Amino acid sequence: MVGFVIVSHSETLANGVVELTKMMADGVPIRAAGGLDGGGFGTSYEKISNAIEDIYSDDGVIVLMDMGSAVMTAEMVLEAMPERKLVLADCPLVEGAVAATVSAIAGSSLEEIMDELTDVRELRKLS
Amino acid sequence: MVNQEQVLEILHAIGEKITEEKLFLTELDNVIGDGDHGINLARGFAEVEKKRPMMEGKDIGTMLKTAGMALVSTVGGASGPLYGTAFMQAGKALAGKTELDAQDLVTILDAFVAGVQLRGKSVAGEKTMLDAMIPARDAVKAALDAGKDAKTALAEGVAAAEQGVEYTKTIIATKGRASYLGERSLGHQDPGATSFTTMLKVVAEHV
Repeated sequence: MVGFVIVSHSETLANGVVELTKMMADGVPIRAAGGLDGGGFGTSYEKISNAIEDIYSDDGVIVLMDMGSAVMTAEMVLEAMPERKLVLADCPLVEGAVAATVSAIAGSSLEEIMDELTDVRELRKLS
Repeated sequence: MVNQEQVLEILHAIGEKITEEKLFLTELDNVIGDGDHGINLARGFAEVEKKRPMMEGKDIGTMLKTAGMALVSTVGGASGPLYGTAFMQAGKALAGKTELDAQDLVTILDAFVAGVQLRGKSVAGEKTMLDAMIPARDAVKAALDAGKDAKTALAEGVAAAEQGVEYTKTIIATKGRASYLGERSLGHQDPGATSFTTMLKVVAEHV
């Protein structure tokens, strides 16, 4: 099954997003990589790398992140693991995580989920 | 011009200067960012300092790559991947070198600009560190092309970077955390442009 890593500046937010996905997709391999190693706001290269290692399988891992350094740090982690099947998702963090994990638990491939996440980017809430 | 030992000294001196200015840089970032720039960079350069025993005796390319990786691993904010990529790209461009000449300054600054543009997907005029970095690179290059020595070229580079910092006060941020502030970012200097200028000043003092 495709796995997920949630990267946020906030440890609480990353853990919260992981928790939320369990409502509909409990059992999907997913890890939070939020905040700095010693606590505090920021993104940790090591936390992201360890989270990927932790849940990696040949089905691949999709990384979802909030903004700024979360995006850039995740990019650098992926560049350091060129042999792995890893992608970054360009979509809203919460909606993307829920949609993607629901799809993963139904057996979708990484490519199929990434396709669906393109649609999530366009989703409107009030219309 | 600069040998391996001097590169280590410059890295050390940059770390000391950034640590000295960390509250000032953080204060700038408090106004238009998330208020961690100085503290984050100081933590990053403290890690660079810890890596010093590993860097000793290595070629300058390896030193800069090691420093870049240390920044990526420990800074925790956007300046980590940005400066980290800059240092790593500069290291790549100087692989195997044990001595730098004046022209290598341009190589380093070119790598910094390219690295930050690549990582930040940004261009000049967005109120970022590039607004100090690009004019500094251009000034150093122009001075060397005009036959001036490294010391003079770096002094002109610092002057151009300082003007770049002033310029960031006059524009609205369209990249980075400050872009959420829109027009409210006007009148404030960019912390990244400021920290780059601080680093370049240290280099200028040591060459």
